[in-house]
Amino acid sequence: MRQFVSFIIKETKHILRDRRTMLILFGLPVVLMLLFGFAITNDVKDVRTVIVTSQMDHQTRQAVDRLAASEYFIITATVSSPGEAELLLRHQRADLAVVFGKDFASKKSGVQLMVDTSDPNMAQQWTAYAMSILSTPNTPNTLSTPNIKLLYNPRMKSAYNFVPAIMGMLLLLICAMMTSVSIVREKERGTMEVLLVSPVRPLMIIIAKAVPYLLQAFLILVIILVMSATVLEVPLAGSVGWVIVVSLIYILLALSLGLLISSVAQTQFVALLVSAMVLLLPTVMLSGMLFPIESMPQVLQWISAVMPPRYYIQVMRKLMIMGVGIREVLPEVCILCGMTLLLLMVALKKFNKRLDS
Amino acid sequence: MTIRYLIQKEFLQIRRNSFMPKIIFIFPIVIMCVMPWVMNQEVKNIVVDVVDNDRSMYSQRLVHRIEASPYFIFGGQQPTYAAALKEIEQSRADIVLVIPQDYSRDLVRGRHPQVLIAANAVNGTKGSIGSSYLSQIVSASLSPRSGDSRGVSQGAGVLNLYNKSQSYKVFMIPALMGILMMMLCGFLPALNIVGEKETGTIEQINVTPVSKWAFILAKLIPYWIIGMLVLTVCLVLSWAVYGITCQGPLGLVYLLSILLALFFSSLGLIISNYSDTMQQAMLVMWFFVVCLMLLSGLFTPTRSMPSWAYATTYINPMHYFIDAIRTVFVRGGGFGTIAHQVFALMGISSVMAVWAVLSYRKNH
Repeated sequence: MRQFVSFIIKETKHILRDRRTMLILFGLPVVLMLLFGFAITNDVKDVRTVIVTSQMDHQTRQAVDRLAASEYFIITATVSSPGEAELLLRHQRADLAVVFGKDFASKKSGVQLMVDTSDPNMAQQWTAYAMSILSTPNTPNTLSTPNIKLLYNPRMKSAYNFVPAIMGMLLLLICAMMTSVSIVREKERGTMEVLLVSPVRPLMIIIAKAVPYLLQAFLILVIILVMSATVLEVPLAGSVGWVIVVSLIYILLALSLGLLISSVAQTQFVALLVSAMVLLLPTVMLSGMLFPIESMPQVLQWISAVMPPRYYIQVMRKLMIMGVGIREVLPEVCILCGMTLLLLMVALKKFNKRLDS
Repeated sequence: MTIRYLIQKEFLQIRRNSFMPKIIFIFPIVIMCVMPWVMNQEVKNIVVDVVDNDRSMYSQRLVHRIEASPYFIFGGQQPTYAAALKEIEQSRADIVLVIPQDYSRDLVRGRHPQVLIAANAVNGTKGSIGSSYLSQIVSASLSPRSGDSRGVSQGAGVLNLYNKSQSYKVFMIPALMGILMMMLCGFLPALNIVGEKETGTIEQINVTPVSKWAFILAKLIPYWIIGMLVLTVCLVLSWAVYGITCQGPLGLVYLLSILLALFFSSLGLIISNYSDTMQQAMLVMWFFVVCLMLLSGLFTPTRSMPSWAYATTYINPMHYFIDAIRTVFVRGGGFGTIAHQVFALMGISSVMAVWAVLSYRKNH
């Protein structure tokens, strides 16, 4: 046991002495949380709008003023022909052009929107907003719109969605990438042989390597949770205990993944590329972190079914944001447990083989 | 002419590495064939549960309309609101529609029944878009009889420019090219140089009469060539697989890509000059890449950002690249339309390149 502890101390010193890596590992979550919490939004805001009209009469002015008064649109220019407006759109000086027809004042119709559809999603939202603003006073008999209630996230903050996703990505990155690299580095430099002839059992060496990273991952988890509660004002609706338990399962899963990578890769270069490009990219893309899984083609949905972060992110969204009990997320947690066991078994088996050969 | 031999050496090294050729060729193909399908922020397949307290012909008709809509999947009837909420909690439903008891009576009498839409808004975009689609359907059926013609006459006409089919793939494919350039021309040279440092072979280069310009150029040129090859593969794939072609002059796409490659390879060099281990280099690189990518307007519009974040886009080369390549590729702009971005990219890249060469030292 004493040997084991001294091994852990050795590994911890390795990590602590690499200041730059430490700084990045702790800086990354903070920066990502701030970016996703404040900077990355899909809100419609400051859409640059061009007004196309041949004569600026009272009616037109009113409509333009309504657009300008809303927080969504800023009027950047007024031109007289649609051709000029299109040129502005093509030059990226504007996103939307509102073309008023000659007889707009008399008929109160004949408005056309020219929109830059390069980003179809945003374009749809822009036109919907613009139309609703333009058409409001024209229809005095207000349509009764149904009551809309946005559950769990009434202010529609994107942070609610992203905090669990960032947790899923960072824990995987730190545990899988860092452990695999630290094992492979010893192999590459030849110091692994030195370790293997020490009286500690090989399995213990690996576990000792994983423990500091586990602690680090746990620390980062705490940082994320504290930041999301204080700075981003994302409520922790569910029980903190279960959040931590599930995260620990996930951390264990990531560690065994790292172990598996390290037994496959022979050089740091390969280990880094495998964990960064082959592991991380699918994690970000296929786990429902940025892009909804339901909109993917069927084949990719099947692939995403074997991505562990997908389940973790789902569980976290439910536990943290929706505040449901553990019973509602039991299926996902079971899948995560199963995956962890499977990966751990494969990794340990591979690891033993490698030592024998 | 030593540089020719150095470049030859780099190519040999890349070819003899068992892993590199695979990454260089398979990675772009997989990315191009898979990612456009994934990068799809369209909101569809929203599961709607209905709590029908009215159970009349009118409420049935509303349910049928929802079923017929391409955005929604009818999840089933629920007896109570509480039961429906349970469904949402188990993520078997996304939206609950509650039809009040007197729905049909109010409708016939011309009053406005109070329909409730409760959406799971953990994913804000999905929640709000889904509920607004649903409320359109509901209000259309609330205005009796004239419901169908009304929506058309009221709204203004919309003319979609540039991406007429409104396909998200058209929007994302040029961005993917940027991501690939970033990966291949940024990560690989950075790892390459730190790798030489770690294995100690850089010492051998340091004692040769090769100048540092020659050394660095020889390191970078192979990756630029690879980058251009990959770009060509991407263009061919986007034409062959998706039928999406560049609207503007192709030369501009190459010009922009080479400038971006210059920036990212310089960034990689600077990072590798300042770090001692591969792990450090990779993490620092990753950090910058993620920040540059997220703040570039690749996924989300830059105009929606708060002003402090928007200010960073002035020095973000990825932002200029994404802006310009979308203008060329999607909107079909010529050089005149993107001159500003090209010069900005050129300026940033050359500053970085000079810094990269200056920061490389042969002596410790």
